[in-house]
Amino acid sequence: MALIKCENISIAYEGQTVVHDLSFQVGEDDYLCIVGENGSGKSTLVKSLLGLKAPAKGKIILGDGLSQNEIGYLPQQTDVQKDFPASVYEVVLSGRLNSRGLRPFYTAADKNNARENMDLLGIRELEKQCFRDLSGGQKQRVLLARALCATRKLLLLDEPVTGLDPIVTQEFYQLLRQINRDSEIAVVMVSHDIESTMEYASHILHLQETALFFGTAEEYRNSEIGKAFLGGEQRV
Amino acid sequence: MFDKMIEMFSYPFMVRAVLVGTMVSLCSALLGVSLVLKRYSMIGDGLSHVGFGALAIATAANAAPLAVAIPVVILAAVLLLRISGSSKIKGDAAIALISTSALAVGVMVISMTTGMNTDVYNYMFGSILAMSSSDVRLSVVLSAAVLILYILFYHKIFAITFDETFALATGVRANLYNTLIAVLTAVTIVLGMRMMGALLISSLIIFPALTSMRVCRTFKSVIINSAVISVICLFVGITVSYVWATPAGASVVIVNIAALLIYTVAGAVKNKTFL
Repeated sequence: MALIKCENISIAYEGQTVVHDLSFQVGEDDYLCIVGENGSGKSTLVKSLLGLKAPAKGKIILGDGLSQNEIGYLPQQTDVQKDFPASVYEVVLSGRLNSRGLRPFYTAADKNNARENMDLLGIRELEKQCFRDLSGGQKQRVLLARALCATRKLLLLDEPVTGLDPIVTQEFYQLLRQINRDSEIAVVMVSHDIESTMEYASHILHLQETALFFGTAEEYRNSEIGKAFLGGEQRV
Repeated sequence: MFDKMIEMFSYPFMVRAVLVGTMVSLCSALLGVSLVLKRYSMIGDGLSHVGFGALAIATAANAAPLAVAIPVVILAAVLLLRISGSSKIKGDAAIALISTSALAVGVMVISMTTGMNTDVYNYMFGSILAMSSSDVRLSVVLSAAVLILYILFYHKIFAITFDETFALATGVRANLYNTLIAVLTAVTIVLGMRMMGALLISSLIIFPALTSMRVCRTFKSVIINSAVISVICLFVGITVSYVWATPAGASVVIVNIAALLIYTVAGAVKNKTFL
């Protein structure tokens, strides 16, 4: 049973179909990268996977006990966050809200979980620092810790390395692989960075309104479409 | 000084003003942090103009002012959020649209009934004599409700303020809490506007939040600080207003400006020494 299974989904955005007849699945421990050009429907697909936008046609089936609000989402950073006064601890802890339901306050277990995740990502010593004062890489770690607080099964990352320098980017990818392997959490990542993507991903979904390719990374490397896309990227 | 204080509190209208002022400034400070951070600072201004229109109509119809104004302003707040959410009219334009419309309606109603007189002046700039004792009871009850709701939903309000998309994705009903913030803001503004004035009430929303953000670096400390700053500024402002016979609303705003300046300097000093 897959964590996420999309069956022939079509998604419309402001009256226009941006994704059509898309089928793919994400299994336990998979590391799926969604690649594609700008406007290929990646962001819209992310919204649908999060349950924020119902597909116009087809079904998205969540399996293996994954419920809709248990996807650990790492969004692109917003303008609001640039001058937001919040400590790292406050941000990470807010990832536990989905397990709270209507109960208003966090329990000791919530707080412990937040600290464990900060330890895991090596940001425990930043706990009391202000989120807006952190470097780009540190911010992403904080948001990743928050996402881990919200899930035990699946992380969904939207362009997580945008604006990070190459060294920090590599560190971030390695951290992600470590989480994927050691904590057995499946990873779905939308990415522009095709080269690094190929190094870490187990599966690739090449999106251009529909799935131009879906399969393992190895198969993608040897496919016509993969060769063209990878070759094209390298020339740039 | 102490004698002045005792003298001040010997007047029932001053006790009422301080009581209502404290509750309103507490509520507006808490809500203000979220509104400023969510780029909704002007919502307070817009809603107070709607409140002005509603009060004018209530006076003309001889109805209880708060009983008319509160539902109307709540409605306007929800409407503003809905309009801002749709892409046709942007948030700032929607606020300008609604606030000027309400102002125009209010001015028309007043000029047709009593004519432009001191009442209008009081609506615009506030009057310390505005609160009757039944208003005080209603204000205290409603403010207490605002405070309790805010504390109960504090963590959710933090989540939707910091990152609405993430909050939505993890099953927090962001629209519900946005509406809650708007409704609480509407109630707070109507309660405070007759004392502070329609043109000045939004300062209570904006100043304490901005002031505490100069220095504080966690959400909780910003919230607590702005609540404390807001109450202190209100108290000092009303005292100033009593001692020098200045308008209450304007006095409170001036004290808030002073606090903002002090905190800005303090923030600059702190950052230099600690960075």
